Parts: sequence; C-alpha cells; structure tokens
Amino acid sequence: MADAAPIIEIKDVTKSFGSVTALKGVNANIREGEFFSLLGPSGCGKTTLLRLIAGFEQVTGGTIVIGGKPMKDIPANQRPTNMVFQSYAIFPHLNVAENVGYGLVRKKMGKAAMTKEVDEALAMVDLGGYGERKAHELSGGQRQRVALARALVMRPKVILLDEPLSALDKKLRDQMQHELRSLQKSLGITFILVTHDQEEALIMSDRIAVIFDGTIAQLATPEELYRRPATRKVASFIGVMNFLDASATGGGDTPYQLTIPALGKVNIDAAQAPAGLSAADITVVGVRPEMFTILDEDTGSFEHEVQGTVTSTDYYGDMTYYTVALPGASDPVTISMRNTAGRAVARDGAKVTVGWGADSIVLLE
Amino acid sequence: MRGIGKFISSKWLVVYAVAYMLFLYAPVILLPLFAFNDATIVAFPLSGFTTKWFDLLWTTDALHGAVRNSAFVALSTATISTLLGACAARSAANYSFPGQKGVMGFIMLPLVLPEIIVAVALLVMLMQLGMSLSLWTVIAGHVLICTPFSIAILSSAFAGMESSLEEASLDLGETRWGTFRRVTLPLIMPGVISSLLITFTISLDEFIISFFLTGTDVTLPVYIWSQLRFPSKLPSVMALGTILLAVSVALLIVAEVFRRRATRRQGMDAGSTQGLV
Repeated sequence: MADAAPIIEIKDVTKSFGSVTALKGVNANIREGEFFSLLGPSGCGKTTLLRLIAGFEQVTGGTIVIGGKPMKDIPANQRPTNMVFQSYAIFPHLNVAENVGYGLVRKKMGKAAMTKEVDEALAMVDLGGYGERKAHELSGGQRQRVALARALVMRPKVILLDEPLSALDKKLRDQMQHELRSLQKSLGITFILVTHDQEEALIMSDRIAVIFDGTIAQLATPEELYRRPATRKVASFIGVMNFLDASATGGGDTPYQLTIPALGKVNIDAAQAPAGLSAADITVVGVRPEMFTILDEDTGSFEHEVQGTVTSTDYYGDMTYYTVALPGASDPVTISMRNTAGRAVARDGAKVTVGWGADSIVLLE
Repeated sequence: MRGIGKFISSKWLVVYAVAYMLFLYAPVILLPLFAFNDATIVAFPLSGFTTKWFDLLWTTDALHGAVRNSAFVALSTATISTLLGACAARSAANYSFPGQKGVMGFIMLPLVLPEIIVAVALLVMLMQLGMSLSLWTVIAGHVLICTPFSIAILSSAFAGMESSLEEASLDLGETRWGTFRRVTLPLIMPGVISSLLITFTISLDEFIISFFLTGTDVTLPVYIWSQLRFPSKLPSVMALGTILLAVSVALLIVAEVFRRRATRRQGMDAGSTQGLV
C-alpha cells in the first residue's frame, strides 16, 4: 500500500469564495486503491476540497492532478471521479434502474449491456430486483445504496463520498460503514470520504487527513492519528484525551525528561515525539483515558502509580468512565475501564490507585 | 380563535359565504343565461331558449379573424414570456449578484402597475420609435405583463428542485445541455405547462394593452368591445363571452392541476429527503 502510485496529487491548493478563504494551501497525495478520509469540523474546508476534486468548483491557486493529468479546465463531466452526494441526489423522476444507468446512456453501449451493468451494480449494493422502484419508494439507506451503485457503475478511478452516512440512524450507519469498507477493498477503487465523525473516519480509512480551518493539521493512518496526534487540537478532536501540564528537558538524541505535576517525573524516548519538537515547546502532554488503569487486587503493579479520588462515574455497561481528581493536577482526569468479570465499579469519593506507563504519554506541540 | 368562531355562529358564516359567492359569480351567471335567451333585448323576463346567437357566431367572418389574431397573440405571448420567465427564475434560484433583489423587483413590477399606464407608456414609446402598430406590438405589451406571472410560477418550480441533482448529472458525465434536457426540464415541466396556460389565458382576455397597441388587426376582446355599440349584436356578444368564459375556466383548471402535480412531485422529493439533510 505504501508504495502505490498517487492517483490524486493535491499541490498547494487554495480556494477563496469572495473574501472568505476556504482552503489555505493544501498538499496531499492520495494513493491508488486506498480509503482516504477528509476529517474535520463543519466549515473546515473538507467539502470544498472534495468539490474541487470533483470539478464542481475551480481552484483559486495550486493544482489537482488525477491519474497523472492536471485537472485545470477539465469540467466535472470529464473527470474520472464520481460522487455520492450527502443528499444522495437521486433523480426523482426516474426509477432505480434509470438512476443507476443515467451515466451509461452517454457511453453508447447496447441496451442489453447496459441492463447487465445496472443489474450488476445493484447486486453489488444488495438492491437486486429493485430496478423498477421509484425514488420516493426507497428508504434512506436504500437511496444511499442507489447513489453508490450509480457511481460504481461508471467504473471511476475515484469515488467521492460527501458525508454519505450522516443521515442514517446509528445501527444502519454501523452496517453501511462495514459494507462500504469491504466493497472498497474488494473493488480496489480509491474512495475519498468526507466526514465530521472521527469514529467513522477511524473505522473506515486507510489514511485520514485532519483538516482545521482550511489546512491539513495531520495526515496519518488511523492508529498513528489516535496514538500520536501531532497537536493538541488534533488530539482533542480524535477521541477523548486528558491534557496535563508538563515541562521537559532533553530531546534530540537523548530521552525527554518530563516533569508532569499530576503524575510525577518520567523519561520518554524522543522517537515518540512529533518531528521537530524541542523540549522547550512541551507545555502539555496527553494521556488517553484507557491508558490509565485503576488498580484493584487482580491488576498487577505498574511502573508508575499515583493516588486519586473518584469524583464521578459514568457507567456505559461495557465500560465505565471515571472522573478522578489527582492531587497535582489542575483538572480531574478521565479514566475508562472495561467492566470485566469480577471488577467492582468504584463509587464516587473512593480513594483509588491509578497506574500508568511511560508509553501512555503523548507528546504534543 | 375557537371563542370567536362560536361568537360568530356557523349559520352566519354560511350566509356570509353564500352572499360573497353571489356577489362574485352572479354577474358571470347572467352571461350564459342571456346567451341562450331568445330575445334581442338583454332584460328579464327571459323569453325562451335558443342557440341562434351561437349559430350567428359561426357565420361572422370578422369574428373569426379576431379569434385567429387572439390565438396568434396568446400563443406567442405564452411562449415568449414562459421562456423569459424560465431564464429569470433559473438565475434567481441559482445565482446571487449585486442588486439582484432590485432587478427582480423591477421585473415583477408590471404585476402591480395599472395596465392603462403600461399601455399608454408603450404607445408613446412605439410612436417615438416610429414603429407601426401591429399584432407584434400587442405581443410585446402582453409579454411585459405576462412575464412576471411566468417568473412567479417557475420560481417555485426551480426552488423546489434540489441543486445537487444537476451536479449529480454533470458528475455522471452528462453535458450541461444534456443535464437540462434529462434532469432540469422534466422536473420543471409541470411548472412550464402551468405557466404556458396561465400566460395564454391572460393574453387571451387582455383588453387595455390590446386596445392601445393594436393596428388594423384586432384581438378578440377589442372586437367584442367594438360590437357593444350595436344593441342588436349584444346577445351574440353574450354567446361569445360564454364560450370565452368556458375556455378560460378550463385552461385555469388544467393549469392548476399541473401546478399541484409539480408541487406534489417536488413535495414528495422534499419529504423523502427531509431529515436526511
């Protein structure tokens, strides 16, 4: 995967709408056959970037290259991309088969060949036999599948998905996430997904570009992004993160010597730090809730331990989220524990011992 | 509201409604009544049933010319104003430009402008330009007053159409013209038909502008007006009026059916995407 050629090259792309700058110099290479997500809060420019790739908008500066061809002056209808719209944009005056076959009409294939292609595409999205249905007879999930089939049937190099799952209820969304993912893997087509849902991006993507305020804040695999967020902003956008005041010395070839008032002193391998980070830049470190452990008789001892008091508990069934006040910390920390067999849920006010390791510390710019 | 409803009892509401309907339609009912009355003088009591006034219409050549002129004017007006209306409605729905509201306001102004003022102004302008009056000048005047109606009807047709549908069509490789033909036009078609019918009806019935701008070829309303000078022609004018009334009502009903179908088609679509966006 890592050596696959880029199918889309985005170079210094800027986009302004009047006085509003939506994109401020975006660079990214999207590899052939990967599931790539553009993740960010609403208004960050992720949809604008997708629309630039599709050809619905023209770049203000920079270039977009798709399949080796610069896309300047190439209109949407001549680009090797197809979009699944947020609203699905199913043509209301056509039935399902006519919707799916819409783009094939221009390809001037025979009627039999076209019917075959449409049937195959519908089968691919589990809508075999729905060809005669009218658009308004479909449920939200079915409309989404029709929109997907309509894009797939064109055999594009890239499929663009603009928040395609945001309208579905949670259960259907979970199911579609897995279906989309396995469909993408089996077809090997490059998918670019726009989403504001970090969980969705983590589940589905090979790589994620986190976009804030018109620039890519971090481009990484889901695991890198979760484990090693580059900035505090990324860290708080992806999952839950405890931020603890810290100061550091060392770095470079030597380990960082961190002083974290809430937890104590610890040495951290410099390889864990984002590139170019110097010790003086470190004022805060992050710790994921699941990286803390509340000790009980079944858990062994930890490299580092600290005493705390539970101030509140949120019980989720499989998990419990504890808010724990640590003596040296300005704010209480959040700790999540799996409710395994035999583990008692600590009550509010309980004195607990919290265990943690050096590898749970995330160094942030 | 319930208190007020009880206060004005439902009986009085019925009386009010009936009186209102009588006021609106009693004069119109007189038209067919006298058209079938077997007497030259238009007065009660009625003196018997006849269809001779209708028969007389078939043999009046001047009338036939006026009907042909009116049909030509109304068809041309309907086509031109619907085309112009479609362009304006489309641009109003899809683009915003500085002064857009002002421009749209100006285009819609003829809706509320007194027709006689429009007519006199047009006449003065045409005289200044040295153009001779003909059916084409009547058409120009009619287009001016009909276009606002077209815009109003077609604006709702365009507004009800999801903008991503056209983008989806382009995305699927269709050209702009192909997109218009395969997506836009079918979706606004009920609005287009509704606009054609309503502008046709307005042009067919219009008198003041036709009267001022007509040359030697008169339109039907102008012809009817000219016949009113002869008392003996009055019953056949009544018969003609009856036919016009029937045609107008029929056209408006058809237009309304299409308008509702358009709303339903788009309402359906809006309904099914509701909660999705």
